[in-house]
Amino acid sequence: MATQLPVIDYEKIKKVHDAPLEEFYTSGHRTCQGCESAMVMRDFAKASGPRTVVTGATGCMYVANTSYLTTPWIVPWMHTQLGAGGASAVGMAAGLRALMRKGRIKKEKINVINFSGDLGAGDMGLSGVSGALQTDYDLLIILYDNESAANTDIQATGLTTYGAQTTFTPPGSKHRIMQRRWKKNVAAMLAVGHPTCRYVATASATFPALDFMNKTRKALSIGGPTFIHTFDPCPKGWDFHPRYAHELGELGVKSGIFPLYEIIDGQVVYTYDARQKGRIPVREYLEKQGRFAHLVDEDVDYIQSMVDTMWNEWDIPGVAPFKAGLSVAG
Amino acid sequence: MATVAERTNVWAKEVLLNGCQAVAQGVKLANVDVIAAYPIRPYTEVMDALSKLIADGEFDSEYIVADSEHSQFEIVKHASSVGARAFGGSSGTGWMYGFEALVVTATDRLPPLFVVGNRALDDPGAFGVEHNDALALRDMGWLLCWASTAQEALEHVLIGYRIAEDSRVLMPMALAMDGAFLTHSQHMIKVPTQEAVNKFLPPFNLGKRVLHPDNPVSIAPQVNEDWVMELRRQNWEAARRARQVIPEVYKSFNDLFGPRYANPFFDEFMCEDAEVVLVGLGAVKMPAQTAVRRMREQGKKVGYVNLRWFRPFPTEQLRETLGRMKGVGVIDRNFAHGSPDNGGIVVQDIRSALYPLTKRPVVTDFIGGLGGRDMSIQDCIRMLEITFDAASGKQGDELVTWIGLRE
Repeated sequence: MATQLPVIDYEKIKKVHDAPLEEFYTSGHRTCQGCESAMVMRDFAKASGPRTVVTGATGCMYVANTSYLTTPWIVPWMHTQLGAGGASAVGMAAGLRALMRKGRIKKEKINVINFSGDLGAGDMGLSGVSGALQTDYDLLIILYDNESAANTDIQATGLTTYGAQTTFTPPGSKHRIMQRRWKKNVAAMLAVGHPTCRYVATASATFPALDFMNKTRKALSIGGPTFIHTFDPCPKGWDFHPRYAHELGELGVKSGIFPLYEIIDGQVVYTYDARQKGRIPVREYLEKQGRFAHLVDEDVDYIQSMVDTMWNEWDIPGVAPFKAGLSVAG
Repeated sequence: MATVAERTNVWAKEVLLNGCQAVAQGVKLANVDVIAAYPIRPYTEVMDALSKLIADGEFDSEYIVADSEHSQFEIVKHASSVGARAFGGSSGTGWMYGFEALVVTATDRLPPLFVVGNRALDDPGAFGVEHNDALALRDMGWLLCWASTAQEALEHVLIGYRIAEDSRVLMPMALAMDGAFLTHSQHMIKVPTQEAVNKFLPPFNLGKRVLHPDNPVSIAPQVNEDWVMELRRQNWEAARRARQVIPEVYKSFNDLFGPRYANPFFDEFMCEDAEVVLVGLGAVKMPAQTAVRRMREQGKKVGYVNLRWFRPFPTEQLRETLGRMKGVGVIDRNFAHGSPDNGGIVVQDIRSALYPLTKRPVVTDFIGGLGGRDMSIQDCIRMLEITFDAASGKQGDELVTWIGLRE
């Protein structure tokens, strides 16, 4: 039986019109039309408000966002190296804590947030994110996942969907599929490995509406180091018309290939419970993207079978790949 | 200027400490706010000592055990960016592992201090001293100096922060010290009082570049071809200004703590009437100076220059001192494979500094003490003799001599 969930005292945004009007990530960037990662930036900045310091790891949200003299950031922002997202948050949080304790700056709650891409937080910087989640500093690391190294012309990362075409994994006359790695399950890996981390979540920038902003606020309110993994369709890298960006995020969630959940003090709470609401065929998600145009039926069947396993056979469906044969409540 | 009576009150105690522990005392006295640690010999004991000081309540600082040197250095960098005085360090390949973070700390113009317990680079593994680790910083916009005693190491934590944090400089500071010879040998160390240190070292103030909600700046955005040259020029100007700030800071230190440093950039030992000198960095000063004394007893006009500051390089001052000599022997406890004459790193800068002189000394190079191999008094005497030969044209074509190499 599930124990009582902890009460997280945070200012929930209940309706779209209740969301703050004030923007802290505004004009000045040059992200692509339909960029869902830009939505992630805008929404976490809006949700966290002005008493916030942010670092952004190298990636498309560095290169496309922050051209010298045209910054879109209203809150203080600093670049950090590709693999340094976790460390940058720890450094800022430690510095602020020491300065407040020693009376050198005013004591107040300052949100410390790092965003890193899938290549940053998911591959190169994974160790640093892990290190950050072992500390007792209040910080939030957001992994914005567009499943590629998107500012270097779309290269595969450890989080790219199986079978996808990238410039490192082009289909060829001998090998139809060059991306043969299954997507790394970062959020669950971090939750499993860091039992004192109180809040790990996955999110989509736009589905369900307001969900990501509320998760940001929850993460910042619960205290300690926290982590959110967002799922960001990328028109350039995934090869679809920008107008379908939100829809693709929704299809990814509804097909079950990107599960949405929170892990709060170790308890799993589904944001979109694909077991109860049912899953649409993964084909409906894949076929709308040019990066999967070279797949044949057997490839789609393979991906579908992997997603089926996630939801039908894992002890914690869609979350953690264990099959201990133990029953799990919920 | 402090009176003699005041100066006697600037020292709290004299205690037996090794080089690492002496540095830890300096970090404590500097009231550092954030420390990030990761273990690698031989610098590790600095962090051991600091964690114990914190555990015992003698020192108040954040102390983070990082997951790698890269994270360690980035933690230090970002702590500095919010206005905290931050401290890190490493040795050998650990230093190289975090090198990317070291590069950006300088281009971000942040002034934390790092200690480098010099260690040979892998492979093969060796714990002993070799200077290639710290010397790799030489083109990266860092302040870089070598301590030649544990006492100097302690004092250069304070001197280092004062120079690095000066608003005219704002460059990161690397304090190098020879692994084992300095890090792990014990000496009687004079520890300054906190009051005296507070007079010497003001609190860190990053000014208008501090990352805080009250100061919503964007730091280090993408500039591409539009601005890199101008920003590099700012680094260049900071390094140029550091050449002026360094003597000011040593003067202030000497005024408060006594006349400890006649020349901020390098120590001259029996150089006044010397014809031939050796130049070296770090702990080799001890055997080299003994060798100089012994040769002086035989009437040879020799001297020793202990080069403390490598970045900024004291070009003018070295020109003046070394320009008077007939021969200069450079002790390179490092190697620069494929460099001119396949020599060391230090000799290249010294030769370049001396080249514009119309009357130049003969400069010869010695590679020695690699991987912690001892450099004995006999080795130093031999180097002085070879330098004499070189100065009188007897050395032949060999411009680089390996010292202490097993044949």
